[in-house]
Amino acid sequence: MTARRGLRVAALGYLALLLIIPVGLVIYRTFEPGLGEVWDSITTPAAISAFWLTLEIAAIAVTINTVMGVITALLLVRGRFSGKWIIEALLDLPFAVSPVVVGLSLVLVYGRGGWLADLPFQVIFSLPGMVLATVFVSLPFVAREVIPVLREVGDEQEQAAATLGASQWQSFWRITLPAIRWGVAYGVILSTARAIGEFGAVSVVSGKVAGETVTLTLLVENRFQNFDLAGAYAASALLALIALATLLVMTLLRPRRDSDA
Amino acid sequence: MTTAALSLRRRPAARPGVLGLGVSTLWLSLIVLLPLAAVVVRSTDGGFDTFWNAVTSRQAIAALRFTIGVSLVATVVNVVTGTLIAWVLVRDEFRGKRVVNALIDLPFALPTIVAGLTLLALYGPTSPAGIDVAYTQTAVGLALLFVTLPFVVRSVQPVLIELDREMEEAATSLGASPATVFRRIVLPNLVPAILSGSALAFARAVGEFGSLVLISGNIPFHTQVASVYVFKQLESDNPTGAAAVSVVLLILSLIVLVAIRWLERWRSRHDGA
Repeated sequence: MTARRGLRVAALGYLALLLIIPVGLVIYRTFEPGLGEVWDSITTPAAISAFWLTLEIAAIAVTINTVMGVITALLLVRGRFSGKWIIEALLDLPFAVSPVVVGLSLVLVYGRGGWLADLPFQVIFSLPGMVLATVFVSLPFVAREVIPVLREVGDEQEQAAATLGASQWQSFWRITLPAIRWGVAYGVILSTARAIGEFGAVSVVSGKVAGETVTLTLLVENRFQNFDLAGAYAASALLALIALATLLVMTLLRPRRDSDA
Repeated sequence: MTTAALSLRRRPAARPGVLGLGVSTLWLSLIVLLPLAAVVVRSTDGGFDTFWNAVTSRQAIAALRFTIGVSLVATVVNVVTGTLIAWVLVRDEFRGKRVVNALIDLPFALPTIVAGLTLLALYGPTSPAGIDVAYTQTAVGLALLFVTLPFVVRSVQPVLIELDREMEEAATSLGASPATVFRRIVLPNLVPAILSGSALAFARAVGEFGSLVLISGNIPFHTQVASVYVFKQLESDNPTGAAAVSVVLLILSLIVLVAIRWLERWRSRHDGA
């Protein structure tokens, strides 16, 4: 049993040094000056505008990705057509592409001299570009969560509904959606966390106009580079809080998702 | 079966038809394919020579070489520590195990810029432990280990849970040591999961940006990674150079994705047998 204990100490020690102590230290350093200071730091006009911008981008991107993710999942599981692998590959690419490359690619399409540079509204250095970047990086989550659940539930119930005269629309709302709801919920949580935390892709296309295109993650970098370490910690703490809430919801949802599949 | 029943069975159930296919393809093309195509096209704007010169410039080569090297090291460390952590979480019992298990996903949930700041707090100039590795290659490695931590653990864990204990018990009863049981029985079953987890970790490490911005110091020929190099090239108004190195990163991502797909197919054939 000593060998087992040794392995446990090694694993937990590694986690402590890499993960738990650093995160604990940042939380400690954040609240060291006092709760009032932290509150002041995250309620400056710049921080408030960054907070709402982050939520706005995440809300738009996650809504789009949820709707399109469910449609794409249905298509991949139920559809019969050739070239499925192309759709699957496009769906998985955002997992593997560097965020900076994502940002660069949008600049090359929508920026000065790009293929779609002459749209009637500004994309790069403004909200649409940041939304596009966030949609790209959080694209696969809902579809990837829903696909295995759809495979598992099969389509017998839907066929039964169809034989009883239900329209496709009815059978989607009454049978398919309830069957995949926990998978969708889990995918939404993962996409939201990714969308709120995205830095690289958004950083390239944002232009960092103070009060306009600075998200929370960009605010952390901005404050750090202006030697406002306490302010950077405070904004980080807010983001860490969101991350911890995400973890909690994930832990609570996981048994339900797994019992669905 | 009567013809009536047959025709009823053929009624599609919530099957997205041509419309779904069209909408989905259009969406993926607009969001993913068009921008990535722009990168590839732009990288060869001045012909293949321009592309080749941009990719083989001394600084680009140094950045790419360091990125791939440090990512490989991080991946190898993950193979060992990830498997170890998964094993401890599945086979060991201790207080607080559920909390530790939930914390494994923290690097996925924590924004990368916060991850960088976090590591800098313990391993930077203001470290209470007196360890300062900021702006060194070690710091880059640490950041990569942080962000890639969950991949191997989460890939190996479910396989380990499903693994039949009877074989191991049989081996033990025949006199095999725990180390032999692990090496000869447990490990071979875990290899596919370890490989796909580490492939994902490698892909993530190669493209990592956010956690490295604050901690790497971005010293050319030393701690500059490819993604930061791309960022700097774009900032100094050299989109063609940025696109060229991005194409190399894209090719790496594609290779990893194909490898994972191939592994999955191999695994499902394995499981089916």
